[in-house]
Amino acid sequence: MKKKVRIIPGFGLSMGVTLTLLGLIVLIPLASLIVFTAKMSFSDIIEVITRPRVVASFRVSLLTALIASLVNAVMGVVLAWVLVRYDFPLKRLLDGMIELPFALPTAVAGISLTSLYADSGFMGKLFGKFGIKVAYTRFGIIIALIFIGIPFVVRAVQPVLEKLDPLYEEAAGILGASRTKIFWKIILPELRPAIFTGFGLAFGRCLGEYGSVVFIAGNQPFETEITPLIIMSELQEYDYSSATAIALVMLAAAFLILFLVNLIQIHNSKILKGGH
Amino acid sequence: MAAEAKAAPVLAREGSTDIHEQTKGSKSVKWLLIALSVLFLFVMLVLPLITVVSEAFKKGFSSYTEAISADDTQSAVWLTLEATVIAVIINTVFGLFAAWAVTKFRFKGKKLLVTLIDLPVTVSPIIAGLIYVLTFGRQSAIYPFLEAHDLRVVYAVPGIILATVFVTFPFISREVLPVLEAQGTDEEEAAAMMGAKGLTIFRKITLPHIKWALLYGIVLCAARAMGEFGAVSVLSGHLRGQTVTLPLQVEILFGDNKYVPAFAVSSILVVLAVILLILRSIVEYIGKRKGQR
Amino acid sequence: MKKNIFKLTAFTLAAATAALSFTACGKDSSAKDSKSYSIVNVSYDPTRELYVAYNEAFKAHWESEHDSTVEITQSHGGSGKQALEVANGNPADVVTLALEYDVKAVEDAGLIEPGWIDEFPLDSSPYTSTIVFLVRKGNPKNIQDWGDLVRDDVGIITPNPKTSGGARWNHLAAWAWAQREYDNDETKVLDYIKKLYANVLVLDSGARGATNSFVENKQGDVLLAWENEAFLSLQEYPDEYEIVTPSISILAQPSVAVVDSVVDKNGTREVATEYLNYLYSEEAQRIAGENFYRPSNETVLAEFSDVFDLDLDLVTIDDFGGWDEAFEKHFADGGLFDQIYEQ
Repeated sequence: MKKKVRIIPGFGLSMGVTLTLLGLIVLIPLASLIVFTAKMSFSDIIEVITRPRVVASFRVSLLTALIASLVNAVMGVVLAWVLVRYDFPLKRLLDGMIELPFALPTAVAGISLTSLYADSGFMGKLFGKFGIKVAYTRFGIIIALIFIGIPFVVRAVQPVLEKLDPLYEEAAGILGASRTKIFWKIILPELRPAIFTGFGLAFGRCLGEYGSVVFIAGNQPFETEITPLIIMSELQEYDYSSATAIALVMLAAAFLILFLVNLIQIHNSKILKGGH
Repeated sequence: MAAEAKAAPVLAREGSTDIHEQTKGSKSVKWLLIALSVLFLFVMLVLPLITVVSEAFKKGFSSYTEAISADDTQSAVWLTLEATVIAVIINTVFGLFAAWAVTKFRFKGKKLLVTLIDLPVTVSPIIAGLIYVLTFGRQSAIYPFLEAHDLRVVYAVPGIILATVFVTFPFISREVLPVLEAQGTDEEEAAAMMGAKGLTIFRKITLPHIKWALLYGIVLCAARAMGEFGAVSVLSGHLRGQTVTLPLQVEILFGDNKYVPAFAVSSILVVLAVILLILRSIVEYIGKRKGQR
Repeated sequence: MKKNIFKLTAFTLAAATAALSFTACGKDSSAKDSKSYSIVNVSYDPTRELYVAYNEAFKAHWESEHDSTVEITQSHGGSGKQALEVANGNPADVVTLALEYDVKAVEDAGLIEPGWIDEFPLDSSPYTSTIVFLVRKGNPKNIQDWGDLVRDDVGIITPNPKTSGGARWNHLAAWAWAQREYDNDETKVLDYIKKLYANVLVLDSGARGATNSFVENKQGDVLLAWENEAFLSLQEYPDEYEIVTPSISILAQPSVAVVDSVVDKNGTREVATEYLNYLYSEEAQRIAGENFYRPSNETVLAEFSDVFDLDLDLVTIDDFGGWDEAFEKHFADGGLFDQIYEQ
């Protein structure tokens, strides 16, 4: 594979188109965010992002996104397992539904989840019987984020599970390992990079989610106020500098998450290629 | 990601039937897990959909049709379709070139490039909207130029299209890239050495491999483009009948205390989403069957 | 290969440019053709119904007196957000916002010339409103005045004063009551306000969101609302809610202004000015009254005396030293509202 000369044509052209579009649509606009923030002094930026309300919103966003992504990581593995390893009626339907949160507008999801989980809604009544309030609490935010994040882990784990070499499992089975043991010792380690990838993407997406959360959150400062909402509210106060400073923190977080995910994915794709 | 499965599903399929015989094991675990999955998807996905539809028809069929045939709703449908189609075209062009560049050549900074391409997935939609307002709004250095040429980007249709392209930017390259990577470069190299032109290589060798992943990406991209709310909301200006997409129309109707129409318009989006997902399943199904040959 | 790729790229670029020029053209044709005007009115949340009705009336009025037609495009949202969007280039010919402070933000962006407040009668505020309580039918928690709001068993719904114009009026009205009640003892007033916000269940970003939380999702016992919002909910669900007028409230003066730089560019100054002027006509004042805004025209206001509680004790923003001072003290970053939540 180590070739000095590029035999396949089109490097300049494809690189050119890629970089042009990437630059126009992603990089230049993102750079304007950085340029705008650069107008502030460093201490001002620190002051903005360490305001108690802002810090509290980071905490709420991180906590809810983390819990929602963890739930999705567990359920994602279960779903992928069920979809790959079992046959049952309506399996195709189940499989087809997974991407629904991608396709359904977040605002629609927010409105319908809110009416479903409010005290007067079907699920709200159900939880109300146990004295649990869902809508307008952090629990409500988590529900909305779970909805948003469903596809990520399933779709990351599924292909790996499909390609997983059954030889090991068989061998372990023949050697008398229990099925639980096989899962924990053999299958899970193979799935781990894929789970992390899906988890990371879901986590990143959940951190930034706005549309579905605002309807169900209640938006109480320090309690249920997420970071994107703070950005929105700074914008509405004409406080562009604060908004962009906070946005920059989120952007950095998004970039970091993605970079980690891509590192894991490189490892992952080695498994997918079936390196054995 | 999912497209990787389609790249070479044959072996996996056969392998897993073996496994079935070997480790099918306890039926109770199987049905427990299936029940758990079905319950989870029912509560998290199906119930909200049922809510949308039942609320939409709460006041009967006639108020439903009235709601979806309103002028503002119609113009929102057209704007949404316009933004979606353009986003799909731009992202397809980008996705193909980017995937080709990343997988067929080795160069420095590849990891960084891939990360940058994926960035829009994890950037908050609010920030996506904000950056365009900063770039093209009155705060921006290029605003005087835009104004002199009577070009309006934010609070106008181009801004909505840009925001839509942004949020769906990596969707197609993400699907195509792994397939091209798995396929390697040997075939193209051989063809190139035999003197084939770039386009011929692409058409005869590359395209057949990525056809289904590409279609799959297009469907996903279209689905996501239709539903974008946060980013579009920041730079739309909510000018009724002009810069309002379907998701914004839902928000407006909801704010107008018109719940039935709000859910009725939502149901259009639900139907579109379901159609696209069915298309996706068909694409995937055909893709898998073709892959077997 | 290259040819084809260029075709593809050209197509994409063409599509993009087509889209770009699309809106530009749309604006051009309307500006050049003097026979048809098109103006944009950027307004705040609760005026949606008002302007649907008013736009009809104005269209008829304009077209009967002029040899041209007029189309009005509406935009609604949180007042602060709307002002910001106009300041950022949302092409509004006129703004009709919830408070003077928001119009000033557009002025500060250099789009409206100073002195706009005297351009139209009565400080450019053609209709007014106030803040009232909306409670569930029969008033089960017996909420009569601001003092009842801090009882432990009361749950309050109000929007976030950081983002909502209406919520700022709510906040100031509560403050005015507490100042009177505690004889200007600032510590006690602050203590009251703290307790009040401790009782708030949902802090939506806009007035409409708050109404939805209270009415549709049945949160809380009392909604602090624009008078017109309260009446609208009452109209929709007469058997479920009632309005309680507190002993003291605030005169909320929504402000209107022509956005000078936009009308000069579009050549719509005449129609935009007339659009706002006609708001003071008897016909428009009656429409305002029918939509539960308090008409500024005394004669028309008298017609609605059975609807509005005209004896209500109203303080004005001047009692707070004007908007700049009130905003700085209460709602700016690190202001009183932030301190309340920071503890």
